[in-house]
Amino acid sequence: MEFNKEFDASGLSCPLPIVRTKKALADMTSGQVLKVIATDPGSGNGLLEHGSERSKFVFFLKKA
Amino acid sequence: MAAKKMALIATKGTLDMAYPPFILASTAAALGWDVQIFFTFYGLQLLRKSLDDIKISPLANPAMPMPVPMPVMVQMLPGMESMATMMMKNKMKSKGVASLQELRDICLESDVKFVACQMTVDLFEFETSEFIKEVEYGGAATFMEFAGESDVCLYI
Repeated sequence: MEFNKEFDASGLSCPLPIVRTKKALADMTSGQVLKVIATDPGSGNGLLEHGSERSKFVFFLKKA
Repeated sequence: MAAKKMALIATKGTLDMAYPPFILASTAAALGWDVQIFFTFYGLQLLRKSLDDIKISPLANPAMPMPVPMPVMVQMLPGMESMATMMMKNKMKSKGVASLQELRDICLESDVKFVACQMTVDLFEFETSEFIKEVEYGGAATFMEFAGESDVCLYI
């Protein structure tokens, strides 16, 4: 999947993957896609498509 | 659709109990919620300019995991509180857990409203200059006004 920006939250614990994803989205424009990689199983909100690469969670978020 | 609202009451000033309000508040704010935290009694310590003095005590805390079993008579020795705090902070850092300072900064950046209980500020004879400048002061009625319209309301 194509994306405009990537944020790697690997190794970060709750709630950092979520709050920093929000920060990463802040300077993006509507319709752009952010790729988020996380290892915290508690993360995941508003995802477009996700898959598991080994023990990592990968999310693609489209800015509303 | 109007933003959801969360109202929290933070009453504790130890390291372990400082996390829940800041974690919930920063997350809710990231999700677009309006959040207000009412700090009262020992929770006021979480509003100090420096959070370096926020500690955890192994004493009277039998649920705290310790690397080796530690008798209460040892836990009460001078320096044990600082040691337990240092160990906990190191553990958190190694697991990618945010520091209290970072979570509080995120809350402030994302417009979480901090209200300090005026009654307990007066009771403990604290000066408002001891607290961060973003703090507002109020009473139970201040809290009720926001909490009455909230979707989530927790006492921590």
